[in-house]
Amino acid sequence: MADALAMDKVDAGYGGVQVLRGFSMDLRAGEVLCLLGRNGAGKTTALKTIMGLVRPTAGTVRLGAVELSALPAHEVPKAGVAYVPQGRRLFAELSVAENVEIGLNARKKGNDVRESVLDLFPILRERWRQRSGTLSGGEQQMLAMARALCLEPSVLLLDEPTEGLMPSMIARIRETVASLKARGVSTILVEQRVDAVLSVADRVAFVENGRNRETVEVSRLRDEPGLVKRYVGVG
Amino acid sequence: MSERARIAALHLAVIALLFAAQFVLPAYHHGIVSRVMVLAVFAIGYNLVFGYAGMLSLGHAMFFAAGMYGAGLPVYHGGWGIGPAFLFGIACGAVLAAGIGLLALRTSGVAFMIVTMMFGQVAYLLALWFGDWTRGEEGLTIAQDLRVVGPLDLTDPTTRYFVALALFSAALLASLALVRSRFGRTLVAIRENEERTRMLGYDTFRTKLAALTVSGALCAAAGAAYALLFGYMGAGFANVPYSILPLLWVLVGGAATVIGPFVGTLAMFYLTDLSNDLLNRNFPDWDISALGIVGLALVLLILFFPKGVMGTVRARWLPWLP
Repeated sequence: MADALAMDKVDAGYGGVQVLRGFSMDLRAGEVLCLLGRNGAGKTTALKTIMGLVRPTAGTVRLGAVELSALPAHEVPKAGVAYVPQGRRLFAELSVAENVEIGLNARKKGNDVRESVLDLFPILRERWRQRSGTLSGGEQQMLAMARALCLEPSVLLLDEPTEGLMPSMIARIRETVASLKARGVSTILVEQRVDAVLSVADRVAFVENGRNRETVEVSRLRDEPGLVKRYVGVG
Repeated sequence: MSERARIAALHLAVIALLFAAQFVLPAYHHGIVSRVMVLAVFAIGYNLVFGYAGMLSLGHAMFFAAGMYGAGLPVYHGGWGIGPAFLFGIACGAVLAAGIGLLALRTSGVAFMIVTMMFGQVAYLLALWFGDWTRGEEGLTIAQDLRVVGPLDLTDPTTRYFVALALFSAALLASLALVRSRFGRTLVAIRENEERTRMLGYDTFRTKLAALTVSGALCAAAGAAYALLFGYMGAGFANVPYSILPLLWVLVGGAATVIGPFVGTLAMFYLTDLSNDLLNRNFPDWDISALGIVGLALVLLILFFPKGVMGTVRARWLPWLP
């Protein structure tokens, strides 16, 4: 499969603190790649670097032929990358409808895109006029994903989408990631829950000290549970 | 009635009420309401940036003053007609806001507040520096014969009231249309979470610059109208208190509500006026400022209406209020 997105020897950090050190990674078209690692390993920084929120001091980030690291942050979504950050970050004062509308307007998408996105999250139709800050955690996560999908991205970045959700919602989010994969969306998933990873991911990249130590097929992870223990500390 | 119709009806009712008030208000209040309507346009402009986009500026007096001098000085020194002078005043405010925005919008939060205050002070000092033209704090009075447009004599109280009402109505309806448009929604999104808005592909710098420019134009329209309707321009209008006043008016009336700026301006004018009156009548020997009473009233307002008058009305009773 061709690479949808590639990070090549990227150094990045915050002020004087370097977080990513020669970080390399490739995301194949149509796959779900999971970044696993301990807290502070650099997973979220890798996503922020892709989005241009953290500027790399060395290396490149490419989406096909487009060098994302050369674009201003607001141009990255237009190139086809959508990001759902940790903690949802909705526009809490706006309604569900207005949140979705802002997502649609960003790339001037029409009602067909809205309907297609709402088909993935039918509960949002019932909450359409409700202020988004009053939704449950799971519904907020769905809205955050719906808003990102309004951009019709080719690559979706999800940062701990199941954090703090109840099991039924986690299952729902997992199903959504699987149906997005079926639609051909390539996804990078940052997760702490290994069980969630095994059920949806194709490959897993182990992140440690700002480096991608190893990228393996999920099938190998099932055969060698010691791998997870080595990099994440839990089996 | 649909939500859209309800919103339109409410705002048109406010305009109709002000129109009708002209026929019943005593002369004294007639003058105050004219002044309030003009200054409410200043507050509406400020609300766009502060209430909707979430940027706290402490330099908006410079845009008001740009409009005031931009319109008033050509009339006073150059004999310009009222119409071209008014438009020139608005253009001055818009251009100044765009220029200041290009620099100040590189900052945010407290830094933005300080940078705008700094630019505001520069504008005030410039008004003093060019005292030969502006006569500084003392100011200039535009003669009555210069404040005539065709058959309209702007010194006539009734004409002045209707011109102020026309300007206020235009600003109110423009503000309503703006905040309910895509542009308005984007401003709220920026206020709620600028980084997230950028991550959806919006150029937040350009959007904020556009908001500041429109805000500057509205504030300048108020300044220009003030100079032409009331015939006075002075450097005091460019000083820091005139940057804090619209903030106060908007906070009292309700930030990010369309009617709030008018309600806040009206309330603060009458609160100050009634406090003065109360002190002068009942305690003529007391050497205390009416601002003490105003301050107490504001404390009570914050306790019982923390989101301002219209903000609280929206939170408690009318969730559809824009």
